[in-house]
Amino acid sequence: MSAGRAPFTLALILVVILAAGPFAPQWTLFLLTIALAKGLVVLGLMLLLRCGLVSFGQALYYCIGAYAAGMLGRYFGMSDLFTLMLAGMAAAALAALVLGYLLARYRGIFFGLLSLALSMILYGLLVKTEALGSSDGFHVLPSTLFGVRPADAWVRYAVLAVAALVAFVAALAVHRYLDTPLGKLAPAIKDNEIRVEYMGASARYAIHVKYVIAAALAGLGGALAATTVGHIDPEMAYWTTSGEFIFITILAGTGSVIAPFLGALIFGIIQTVAFGLSPNTWQMVLGASLLVVIVFLPLGLWSLFRRRKAA
Amino acid sequence: MNVVRKAVAAAAVAAALVPGFAAAQEAPLKIGVVSFLSGAAAGPFGVPARNAAEIMVEMLNAGKVPAPYAAKGFGGAALQMQLVDEAGPATTQVTEFRNLAQRDSVDMVIGYISSGNCLAIAPVAEELKKLTVFFDCGTPRIFEEKNYKYVFRTASTATMDSVGAALYVMDLKKGKVGSIAGVNQNYAWGQDSWSDFEASMKKLAPGVKVATSQMPKLFAGQFNAEISTILGAKADVVHSSFWDGDLEAFILQAGPRGLFKRSTVVLTTGETAMYKLAEHIPDGVVIGARGPYGPYAPDSELNRWFSTTFADRYNVPPNYAAYQMAQAILGTKAAWEKAQAANGGKRPDTDQVIAAFERLSFESPGGRIEMAIGAGHQAITETVYGVSRKVKGKMTVANVKRYPATAVNPPDGVKAADWIAGGFKQ
Amino acid sequence: MEQLLAVLIDGIIYSAWLFVAAVGLTLIYGVMKIVNVTHGSFYALGAYAAASITGALLARGMPPSLSYAVLLGSALLVTLIVAPLIERGILRFMYAKDEVVILLITYALFLILEDAIKLVWGVSPYFIAEPYGLLGSFDVLDLTYPYYNLILVGVAILCGGGLAWMLNHTRTGKLLVAVIHDTEVSRAMGINVERMYLYTFTFGSLLAAIGGAFTAPTVSVVPGLGVEVIVLSFAVVVIGGLGSLPGAALGAVIVGLVRSATIHYLPQVELFVIYLVMAMVLAFRPRGLFSIAEARKI
Repeated sequence: MSAGRAPFTLALILVVILAAGPFAPQWTLFLLTIALAKGLVVLGLMLLLRCGLVSFGQALYYCIGAYAAGMLGRYFGMSDLFTLMLAGMAAAALAALVLGYLLARYRGIFFGLLSLALSMILYGLLVKTEALGSSDGFHVLPSTLFGVRPADAWVRYAVLAVAALVAFVAALAVHRYLDTPLGKLAPAIKDNEIRVEYMGASARYAIHVKYVIAAALAGLGGALAATTVGHIDPEMAYWTTSGEFIFITILAGTGSVIAPFLGALIFGIIQTVAFGLSPNTWQMVLGASLLVVIVFLPLGLWSLFRRRKAA
Repeated sequence: MNVVRKAVAAAAVAAALVPGFAAAQEAPLKIGVVSFLSGAAAGPFGVPARNAAEIMVEMLNAGKVPAPYAAKGFGGAALQMQLVDEAGPATTQVTEFRNLAQRDSVDMVIGYISSGNCLAIAPVAEELKKLTVFFDCGTPRIFEEKNYKYVFRTASTATMDSVGAALYVMDLKKGKVGSIAGVNQNYAWGQDSWSDFEASMKKLAPGVKVATSQMPKLFAGQFNAEISTILGAKADVVHSSFWDGDLEAFILQAGPRGLFKRSTVVLTTGETAMYKLAEHIPDGVVIGARGPYGPYAPDSELNRWFSTTFADRYNVPPNYAAYQMAQAILGTKAAWEKAQAANGGKRPDTDQVIAAFERLSFESPGGRIEMAIGAGHQAITETVYGVSRKVKGKMTVANVKRYPATAVNPPDGVKAADWIAGGFKQ
Repeated sequence: MEQLLAVLIDGIIYSAWLFVAAVGLTLIYGVMKIVNVTHGSFYALGAYAAASITGALLARGMPPSLSYAVLLGSALLVTLIVAPLIERGILRFMYAKDEVVILLITYALFLILEDAIKLVWGVSPYFIAEPYGLLGSFDVLDLTYPYYNLILVGVAILCGGGLAWMLNHTRTGKLLVAVIHDTEVSRAMGINVERMYLYTFTFGSLLAAIGGAFTAPTVSVVPGLGVEVIVLSFAVVVIGGLGSLPGAALGAVIVGLVRSATIHYLPQVELFVIYLVMAMVLAFRPRGLFSIAEARKI
């Protein structure tokens, strides 16, 4: 997909969602909102993947974002959707800023495993904290927008509209970032880091920056998911949650900023269909689909669109 | 279309419009049933509960359930079950609940074993105004933290298990308990079970010492070090709320090391393992069934029917998860039919069913259930404990003591922790 | 004093179990450079096969003393069927891909195998406790331990020793060491690297299956058995150094002793202490305690 087309496509998708939303069934609005939240996390992962880094513990920031939003509601009574999302983003970014000093030194499997270890430590700490409900977690206050609680029939649409707007802005921002010098460094780092250093750029700095951006996106997604589902629990930091994000990243491919959201939506659909059709063997269905995508579409689903356009 | 066909068509339309005909072909009731079909909780709870749901729905539709549940389905309306696996994180379960309620338009949802899921689903049930009946999850937090209109729970909370265990242990040891130890899974269920037990013991036996509280990771499976620590602690009573693989591994590992001989071990969910592991459980182990279920169920025609029908179909006697599912379905049926009677025999709407369900008292294979607390939405039952004893090589329970519902459940409007701290005042 | 002794004994027993569970993972990584998530599946397969086959034979009147051989045999049987199938059928075509992608492939296979196990064996727990209690127990001061735990330690030592002997003193072992150090040069020297991969994958998975099989008598075999093992094995192997056999042993001993001490003295932190150790090791010695020196390639 040529770089110039992406913003136009994004805007088109946003308009479609906003226009068609009021007519879609409620359960699809919910599914779409969750897909957008997960898509945000995967957008960040895509950024890291372009550098050749896979984080097995991105759920750490997803969870931090979610708990930041939840705790602001539980202890301070805040329920404004924008505030909570911002808080989630800020909390996650702060954590990544600190942890990035450690993590930016690692590559490959070790980066992945260290990030995994950190997310599991958070999981353990949360499960031990009975004040936060331990493994049962706690309820998140219903969202308000600028102090107003939308009418029951419009809540799902309102949240979806906000989510779509935020995702649009985030995707656009990342798209622009990829054009900046630091952004363009990513494939170079993936190919040959030493050459990058010889050129005078700091690979470590670039990775640290991308790590913080990815974490901020994950925190944003976490806060959004928390307010949409209405409940948070430590499982949001468990390695299986990280696994889900990686699954979607591979499913989507790194071709475009739209890919993560598409991948998240398709994953949501596969999962719900698998649950419905084969409640006893849905894991097998999920595993088989992942295998099929890796084998036949190594560049992710997005490569389907690429091929068509090239032809 | 010729005249005769038109006439027949018109007659058919007219007939469909007449209420009498309509009642004869009532639309079936769609019930979403959510239970664990994969993962560790499937074997001991999820699948037996699913089996109980399937057989209850089948028998109800055939009208083969003994009185007072003899009507077919719910008040004549046939039941259609839609099964959903309770696996995955809360986000997935909330998604599936919304799908059941909005995409599949079920009339009600009965299910949920995991307390985390119950806590996540309850507010969503309120939001979607869908009648939801929790059948197994144990956390008292649901109705302590909020009042719900659309949510009911037809089984007692886990507090009952811990308080009952404490009372039984005091009875068994005639009040002489100097020290206690615990080995529970390190997550909400285990943490709450232990803290309720510890708090109860401290009230009942002031001055009792806690020798050690082990909290291994859920599904750890290897308990050598924990068992060594407990053996070394030499406590009078050891409490465990372990379930499934952990429970069975614990029994298999603790037995040969003499733990059962050294201390009185309390297994609050022991009923699910007592038959399979009969040869590894010596006499004198305190066995809980989370209420009056399985071997502790009071004798009644309904209980005899349920246990034989279940055992004939599935080749094992129903365990407490199966009992709890059966009573959730029967309780909902009782409420439904009461509402229908109050509505002049016509199909009741959700609000009417809710009004009938609140403070309902109904019979189940496990005895009488009273929806007495949680503003009429939370059930209380008696609880029963006994010790294992082998009679002619067969595992049975002995020294069975029953504790009335009010002795082991807090009163309406009082939090469990406060009730225990306040000395169990009703 | 007694408590210290208990910490040591419990630590060693747990370390032995960890070692047997994890050593296959480090072997496969060392030779094939893949992080094999199906490791957990083979552990579960070994446990299920051992429990069901031994249980069935015991019910038919096999003398319990033979059950140890049957445990080993079941692990062998199930691995020899499944491992080559996976390696030849799927993995063989994927070696050219990025190591993270291969990890994801093994993760996908793990998901498939989880449900496959459920389809074959069902969700009810299996157990065979006869081998566990058969040999009786011994007393150390005030504590009783079944002799079976010594068998577990014995199996660990045999596996470790056997593997070390094989790697250093047999032809295949030496070829494997060559492949571990440099795959390209080995291929250039004429070593049939693909066949080495098949042997390694099968043998590494066999070790996991043996771990599962010998654990089966002490636990009840339930779905999800393999999941916990994966994360623990990773932690052990990362601490010791991916691809290093003595590293796996040291990692197992460290984790085992730390866990045992935590349980006895500070039970509250037991939940995440292993990840803390893993994070600390990664922070200070990223390649693990014993790592294969890798030349930096420009």
